[in-house]
Amino acid sequence: MVDSNVVLTGQTFAYTFYVLAIMAVMAWFAYKVTRDGKSKEIKPALFYTFVGFLVVLGVSLHIVTHETIPWKPMDLNRADIKADREFNISMADHKFILPSPKLQIVKNEKVRFNVTSSDLTYGFGLFRSDNTMLFQMQVLPGHNNDILWQFDKPGIYSIRSTEYSGPKGINMILRDVVEITE
Amino acid sequence: MSFIKTLLGGEGEFFNPNSLTPMQKLTLRFVVVGLVYYLFAVFEGMIMRVYQVTPISLINESQYFAILTAHPLVGIFGSTYSIVFGAFLFLVPFLMKKPLWSIKLGNWTMVLVAVGTFVFWFSGFVSHYSPLYTLYWPLPADFTQFSVWGGTFFITGIALVMIGTAFFVINIYKTITYTPEGWEKQPKGALIKSALGLTGLTSIFSKKKKEHLVSLPVAAIARGTVDTALNAIVILFAGILILVYMVAELFGVSLKHSTIDALLYKNFFWWGLDLIADGLVLIFVAGTWYLLATLITGKKLFMENWARAALFIEMVVSWTVWSHHLMSDQAQPGILKVLSGEMVTAFELITQGLAFFITLVTLWSGRPLKMTHPLKFLLGGLLGFALAVPAGIMQADLGLNRILHNTQWIVGPHVHVAILVGLTMTLYSAIYFLLPILTNGAKLYSEKLATFHFWAHLLGGIGMGAFMGMAGLKGMLRRTIYFEGEYSSYMILAAISGSLLLFAFLAFFYNIVMTVGIKGVIGIFMPSKLNTTDLLPAEK
Ligand SMILES: [Cu+2]
Repeated sequence: MVDSNVVLTGQTFAYTFYVLAIMAVMAWFAYKVTRDGKSKEIKPALFYTFVGFLVVLGVSLHIVTHETIPWKPMDLNRADIKADREFNISMADHKFILPSPKLQIVKNEKVRFNVTSSDLTYGFGLFRSDNTMLFQMQVLPGHNNDILWQFDKPGIYSIRSTEYSGPKGINMILRDVVEITE
Repeated sequence: MSFIKTLLGGEGEFFNPNSLTPMQKLTLRFVVVGLVYYLFAVFEGMIMRVYQVTPISLINESQYFAILTAHPLVGIFGSTYSIVFGAFLFLVPFLMKKPLWSIKLGNWTMVLVAVGTFVFWFSGFVSHYSPLYTLYWPLPADFTQFSVWGGTFFITGIALVMIGTAFFVINIYKTITYTPEGWEKQPKGALIKSALGLTGLTSIFSKKKKEHLVSLPVAAIARGTVDTALNAIVILFAGILILVYMVAELFGVSLKHSTIDALLYKNFFWWGLDLIADGLVLIFVAGTWYLLATLITGKKLFMENWARAALFIEMVVSWTVWSHHLMSDQAQPGILKVLSGEMVTAFELITQGLAFFITLVTLWSGRPLKMTHPLKFLLGGLLGFALAVPAGIMQADLGLNRILHNTQWIVGPHVHVAILVGLTMTLYSAIYFLLPILTNGAKLYSEKLATFHFWAHLLGGIGMGAFMGMAGLKGMLRRTIYFEGEYSSYMILAAISGSLLLFAFLAFFYNIVMTVGIKGVIGIFMPSKLNTTDLLPAEK
């Protein structure tokens, strides 16, 4: 499975390129609009082309990510996918309650995390040791919050609440409790 | 001595508050209130910027989150609502060439927004009530973490703002439809239909094209105001629900939180809240762009019928996109995430892209233009949305949201760039444009300061958004505290950009005070000497 860091790098490149381009366009426009010279009539055709371009862009973004980001279709179909391993985690009083002190996973397993909360809205996220995010979801009380993930290489991850649950929520970190082995 | 003289009396003593009509005073009061609360929001923002570099011992965690709770609410309600309401209560009658329906009600709106904002800000500051603006159930009613009394006052403050908002909505619709004394009877129904875009909708299918009864900017204001009204209803309703729990608690009865379904509540609340973010802001801003572009160039709006249609689509879209805030909620049905979250949201790229394009072409048609302050800020505002809307579309994607949700990416390149660079610069453009009209010819104290204001604000806003975004891509969450300096290098850069924003505002504030003088500012809040419902004083 493609790593979430790869996806973010791709996004960073695309967005940075766009930002530089649009700033250049605006700077050019600001310069030109103050110069002498009558403007030629702008044809509606240009407008319709632009509209078409936006439509294509808006629609294709989601199609492209659906085809390239593997966890997207997997997440949408997760109810029909059988997990190799399942962990039931509950949350209450600003604490995670894990089924075992460490969550052991073997490489390439599809793992389902079922997280429930008995009081507040929390978050459930897995983070690398450099604090970057692998994935996260919201944890709402009174609902089953499940996420399916395939781990395709060995590693160690921390669990952290990603949603604010009052000032006490900042300490909700369990370091290095998810271990993926060969 | 000339400095003192200018400070008191304003630049060249051009500004005389006694020459102002009650309408001009009303609008200027809104602007003053809005700017004062903007200063609140900037200071709070700076405190948080410093805190994110290194958590200072002076402020404990609960105080930090109280600031985090108040900051967006002060910014949106205290500042933006004030400036927008003031401007639109002036512009609707101005564009329709009839008096405002009720100046008194307008003043009540101003007072309620100003007082309500102070009440919720102050009670949050004192009691540290901090469920954030998202109020995820049952957090706002969690009295093991928050004081009941603090929360009660907090919610009451918000309710006051919402009542003021309701008065604004009534005033706008009444002004569009009522018949002023001595006028021929106004066609109420037809005016409403035209303002909302229903006339345009039916005329698509009819052969003969009818004249539009209300101008495009008025239509934009009317459609945005629908969202304002719906939003006020939702927030009031949520506020009453929370108050019920609070009052019960004060009487010693703890109600069961689980009676309210957290997911249903979240859907309902985001549906309403999103009307500010995706409805109000986008529609009002597009309308303001169109108005400013035509005023600056004196030309007709390019593709006007398309612009009208886009505003209508935007209004309908804004009612149906809320699920993009629930993409990481696994209990939310997948179909809602895909349809409302991804698909309908992508329409905002189209509607906002259209508004961007139409405004630019209209400006182009007026070539050559002088690079005035209103034009400069308008271009800044356009750039702000050109940056922030695609950032928003990216996070409204199921694949990307999994790793962007609740990170600094959301609040940096999307929220803060949209609000600070997009919305605020658009409002500044309007303020610089309207200043001489509203003050009967006051002269700006310093052109250089205004230019500094522009550059410092633009660079500060984009810079802050960019560095927050970079931290977000590296996993930095938006609503927590990092104690080990994990992201301090990004946060230092963001704080430097933030201080540019602060300096920009201080320069602007100083410039305005020196323009109208302290006596002038006080004069704005004194009752008008002129007994007229006219917008501007009669020509001598
Ligand atoms: Cu939204």
